[in-house]
Amino acid sequence: MEIKNKIEDLIKQNDVCLFMKGTPDSPQCGFSMAVSNILKHLNINFKGVNVLEDENLRQGIKNFSDWPTIPQLYIKGEFIGGCDIVKEMFENGELKKILEQKI
Amino acid sequence: MPLPVEEIKKLIKASIPDASIEIKDLMGDNNHYAATIKSKLFKNLNKVEQHKLVYKSLKGKMGNELHAFSITTESK
Repeated sequence: MEIKNKIEDLIKQNDVCLFMKGTPDSPQCGFSMAVSNILKHLNINFKGVNVLEDENLRQGIKNFSDWPTIPQLYIKGEFIGGCDIVKEMFENGELKKILEQKI
Repeated sequence: MPLPVEEIKKLIKASIPDASIEIKDLMGDNNHYAATIKSKLFKNLNKVEQHKLVYKSLKGKMGNELHAFSITTESK
């Protein structure tokens, strides 16, 4: 399957989908851990997709969103941001609002 | 390869000439930075678009030479 289709399926099938290095239980990078921990803190069910398991996906997700870094958070198919943006939105309450509105 | 602060500022300024840029070298190792960037160009853009402008100015270095570069953007 084309990597773009695979990504589209993942973000369609999972309301909250986090592309990350490692898994939610065992993150392999501080930035991925930070976002994963924020979602856990908010009690959100989310799908963690480990890009380290698939080099195609690791590159593919960067092309998909035109965004050079991992982690990447998607809510209802929409790209929300990377670690900096998610942290900022968590701190100012916007993230919670979006989650409540969309999920 | 670490990227020195002055080099990063030069790259950003080349694409975002009015940018006010503050960069903290978090560990003193030329490798872990936190930057605050303010520009009029950010007006009416959402955060993702603002950060993309900054990433584009870094010409592919983000995610490569620059790994730990956290960004805060504000419109002037």
